[in-house]
Amino acid sequence: MSPARKRTVRLVVALSAAVILASALIYTSFSAASPTVTPSQLVREGVAGREYQLTGKVKAGSVRREGQTLDFAVQDRAGEAAVPLSYTGQVPDPFKEGREVIVTVVKRDGRYIGQRDSLITKCPSKYKVTPSKDKTY
Amino acid sequence: MAVLLTLVLLAAVIAIVGSPLLRPRSAPAGEAADRAELQSAREAKYREIRDAELDYRTGKLSREDYEAVDASLRAEALVILDALEALGIEKPPAA
Amino acid sequence: MPELGRACLLLALGVCAYGIGASLYGVRRGRVEFALSGRRSVYALACILTVAFAVLELAFLRSDFSFNTVADTSSTTTPTFYKAAAVWSSQEGSLLLWAWLLSLWSSLVLFLTRRRLREESPYAVAILLGFAGFFISLMIFYATPFATTNPAPADGVGLDPLLRHPSMMIHPPMLYSGYTLCIVPLAFGMGALLARKVDAEWIRATRRFALAAWLFLGVGIMLGARWSYSELGWGGYWGWDAVENASLMPWLTGTAFLHSLMIQEKRGMLKVWNVSLVLATGVLAIMGTFLVRSGILSSIHAFGGATLGVPFVVLIGVLIAASIYVVYTRRDILASEHRLDSLLSREAIFLANNIVLVGLCFVIFWGTYFPLISEALTGHSASVGPPWFDRYTVPLALVLVLLSGIGPVIAWRRATLANARRNFLVPLACALIVLLALLAAGVSTGKPLAIAMFCCAAFVLGSIGQEYWRGTRLRRSSSGEAPPLALLALVRRNRRRYGGYIVHVGIAVLFVGVAASSSFQHASELSLSPGHSTKVGAYTVRYVRPTGTITSKEDAAHTGATMSLGAVLDVSKDGRHVATLTPSEGFYDSGEPSQGSVGHLIGGQAVSHVSMDGGVTRDVWSAIAPDMSTPRLLRVMNIANKTIPLVRPDEGMIALAVLVREYLKAPPPAQFHLIVSPLVLWIWIGGLIVVGGALIAAWPAPSAVRRRVRVGARSAEDRLDRQPRSPERGLARV
Repeated sequence: MSPARKRTVRLVVALSAAVILASALIYTSFSAASPTVTPSQLVREGVAGREYQLTGKVKAGSVRREGQTLDFAVQDRAGEAAVPLSYTGQVPDPFKEGREVIVTVVKRDGRYIGQRDSLITKCPSKYKVTPSKDKTY
Repeated sequence: MAVLLTLVLLAAVIAIVGSPLLRPRSAPAGEAADRAELQSAREAKYREIRDAELDYRTGKLSREDYEAVDASLRAEALVILDALEALGIEKPPAA
Repeated sequence: MPELGRACLLLALGVCAYGIGASLYGVRRGRVEFALSGRRSVYALACILTVAFAVLELAFLRSDFSFNTVADTSSTTTPTFYKAAAVWSSQEGSLLLWAWLLSLWSSLVLFLTRRRLREESPYAVAILLGFAGFFISLMIFYATPFATTNPAPADGVGLDPLLRHPSMMIHPPMLYSGYTLCIVPLAFGMGALLARKVDAEWIRATRRFALAAWLFLGVGIMLGARWSYSELGWGGYWGWDAVENASLMPWLTGTAFLHSLMIQEKRGMLKVWNVSLVLATGVLAIMGTFLVRSGILSSIHAFGGATLGVPFVVLIGVLIAASIYVVYTRRDILASEHRLDSLLSREAIFLANNIVLVGLCFVIFWGTYFPLISEALTGHSASVGPPWFDRYTVPLALVLVLLSGIGPVIAWRRATLANARRNFLVPLACALIVLLALLAAGVSTGKPLAIAMFCCAAFVLGSIGQEYWRGTRLRRSSSGEAPPLALLALVRRNRRRYGGYIVHVGIAVLFVGVAASSSFQHASELSLSPGHSTKVGAYTVRYVRPTGTITSKEDAAHTGATMSLGAVLDVSKDGRHVATLTPSEGFYDSGEPSQGSVGHLIGGQAVSHVSMDGGVTRDVWSAIAPDMSTPRLLRVMNIANKTIPLVRPDEGMIALAVLVREYLKAPPPAQFHLIVSPLVLWIWIGGLIVVGGALIAAWPAPSAVRRRVRVGARSAEDRLDRQPRSPERGLARV
C-alpha cells in the first residue's frame, strides 16, 4: 500500500472509531439521564419507579427531621404546587426554607423518596434579605 | 472632586493614546519581520538538533537513526541560515 | 465617588471603541502611528479600569453603603480582609474584575511583545478591546457596580459566611485571571489568521500566553477543589458540577494545545488543528464565565440574573461563527508542510494525547450542557449525574496517564523500535512491582480501575525516573560533576524537556490521590450521642463532649458567627489515639425580624466548620449538624423571642448564652458526617509539583546556556562529512 493510501486508511479508521465512541456516549447519556422537573410537572407527569431531578424552593414550614430522615416539601418557584418527600443523606449547609434546591426523587408506594446524597442547594451569592431599618449596631 | 479627577483621567488618556499620532511614520520594511521570523525558526531548529542528540545519548535512538534524523535537521537548518544570510548579515545569537 | 466610577466606565468604553478603530485603520493602511495609538489604548484602558476598581475597592474598605454593591455584600462587622475581597462576590463586581484583569494581562502581553508580531498585534488589540468593551457595556447597561441609593442604609447585609474562607477569596481572581488569559491567545490566534502569518514567531509568542493561562486556570481549579473539600460540608473535592466542568474544559483544550503546538513547531503540521484549539479554548473560557454568571444551568454555583444570558449567547455565537469563517478563508496558509514520519515518534504520542484530551473535553461538554441539549432535542430537560461522567472520564484519564509515561521514552521524529522496547523494561517493571505489591497487600477488593491507575502512575514514575537517571549520567560523563549538580545542570540546560517531565510526575501523583480517595474511601453518616463511638474504616471515632460558644461581633477567627455549636471527637486506631477533631456549626445573623428578636441572631445561613486531620496516608474528615430542635431548647428560644425586644441585641446574646448552656448540659444526639479518605494530601502535592514543573519548563534559559550548533552538513548524503561552512557558524557543544 502506498504511504498516501496508508494514511487515508488510518484516518478513516480513526474517524470511524471516534464516531462510534461518540455515538455510544450520546446514546447512553439519553438513557442515563434523569429529567429535570418542577413540582407541578412531577405531580402531573411523574411515573412511579423513575428517577427525576426535582427543582424548586423548600416550602416554608415543611422541614422536619426524624432521626436519619429529613422530610421536606419542594414548591414551585412561582406557584403553590408542592411535593413532599423523605430524604436521607448529606444535607448541604445552605439548606433551609425558601432556598432553591435540586434533589433526585423516585416515586414509590405513592410517596416520594429523595435519593441518598443527591440534595444540592443553590449557593447564594448574596442574601435575599435587605437590611432592616431597625438595626442599630 | 469627582469631576476634577475625571478630567485629569481624561487628559492622561488623551496624552497616552494621542502622542503617537503626533509623529506619523510609515510601516517598517517587512524585512525586519521576516528576520524575526527566521530567527525564531532558527532557534527552534537548533533546539530540535540538540533534542535529537539528547535522544540519542539517552538511548532512544540507534546510531543509524540518529544520523539520519540529525542530517535532515541540519539540512533544514541550513535552509534557514541561507535565508537569513540572503536578508543581510546574519547575526549569530548572543553567546 | 460613584460618579467617578461611572465616568470611568464611559471613558473606558470610548477608549475601547477608539482603540479598535485606530488599530484596524493603522494595520490596513500601514499607518504605524495609528496602530501604536491603538496599542496605547489598551494601556490607557488598564489605567482607567484600575481607577474604577480602586473606587469600588475603597467604597468597600470604607463601608460606604451608598453603593448598592457594598450594601448587598458587606457590612460593618465584616472583617477587613473579606471586605476587600467582597468586591468580586457580586455580579457587578465580578464583571469589573474580569474587565480589569483582561486589561492588565493584555497590557502586559502587548508590552512584552511590542517589538514583535507587528502585523498580527493590531488585530489582536482590536479583539482584546472588543472583549473588554463587551464587558464594560454589560456593566453600563445591565449591571453597574456604581449604582447608589440615597439615603445610604446604615449597615450592609454582610458577606455570605460560606465565602469567608481565604481560598474563596483567591479563587475568583485566580480563575478569572485564567479565563482572561485564555482570551489573549485567542486574540493573537485570530490576529495571526487575519494577518495571514501563522508562523514560528506566532508559535513562540502564543506558547507563553497559553502556558500562563493554563497555569492560572489550573491553580484556580485546584483552589476551588481544595475549598470545596475543606470548607463545604460534603467532604468532596469534585462533583462534576456544571461550573467546575466549565473551568476544566478550557484547561483540557489548553493542555492539548501546548502539546500539539510542538508538533506544528517541528513538522509544520496540524496548523488548522492548533488554531482551532486556541480559538476553542478562548470560547470555552467565555462560556465558563457565562455559566457562572447566568442561571442557565442548575448547579450549585449558578447565580446571577437571567438578564446576562442573552448578551453572552450572542457573543458566543458571534465568536464561533467568526472563528469558523476566518479559519476557512485562511485555509491556504494553514496547509500542512509535512506528514508524520513515523507512528513510533513522540509527535505521534502527542497526537494521541491530543485526541484523548479533546475526547475528555467532549465528554464533559456533552454531560454539562446535556440539560440544554436534551431540551432542544426532546423538549424535556434532563441531566446526567456523576456516575455517567465517571464512567467515561476515568478510562480516558487512565489512557492519558499511560501516554505521559510512554512519551518520554520515545524519540522525536522517528524512534528506533529496538531501543524503545528496551527502554520500556524499567517502567513496566515498576508497574508490575506495584501491581504485585498491591495484590499481596490485599488491596484489590474489586477496584480494578484504581489498581490500573496506580500501575499507570508507577509506569510514569519509572519512565521519567529513568530519563532523569540517564540524563544525569550523561551529564556527569562529560562534566564530572557530583550527581546533584549534574542534575541541576541537566535541568537548566533542557528546561522544557525536564520541566515537562516534572509536570507529568505531578499529574501521575495527583491521579494516584484521586483514585485512592475515591475508590477506597470510608464514609459514615450517623447520629451520635455524647460518649458513644463508631467505626469508620480502620478508625474509631468517639463523641467526647459537646462544645458551644457565643461569639461577639469581632471574634478571633474572623468568622462572625453569632453562635457555634460543635463537638470534640476523639479519633483512635487500634486503641492508640490518633487525633482530636472539633467540628462545629456556626449560626449567623439573618437580619430578618420575622424570625424573632433572638431567633434572627442565629437564623441566617448556617455554616459547617469542618475539622480534619490531614495525613500523608489519609485524611480523617468530620462535620457536624447539631440538633437544636429538642423541646427544651425550643422552649428557651420561644421564651427569649417573646420577652426580649428586637432592639436589644445584647440581651439577645445573653439569651443565646443561656441556650448554649442548656445545650451543653443536656446535649441531644447530633448528626455527624465522617470520612476517612486515603491519600488526599497527594492530590494537592501533585498539583504543586505540576506548578513547579510548569514554572521550570517556562522559565527562559539564560543566554549563556543557549548554545550554537555547528551546521556543516551540506546535504543528506554528506552526513558523515561535517566540515563547517564558515567559521562564524558557531561551535557545537552539548
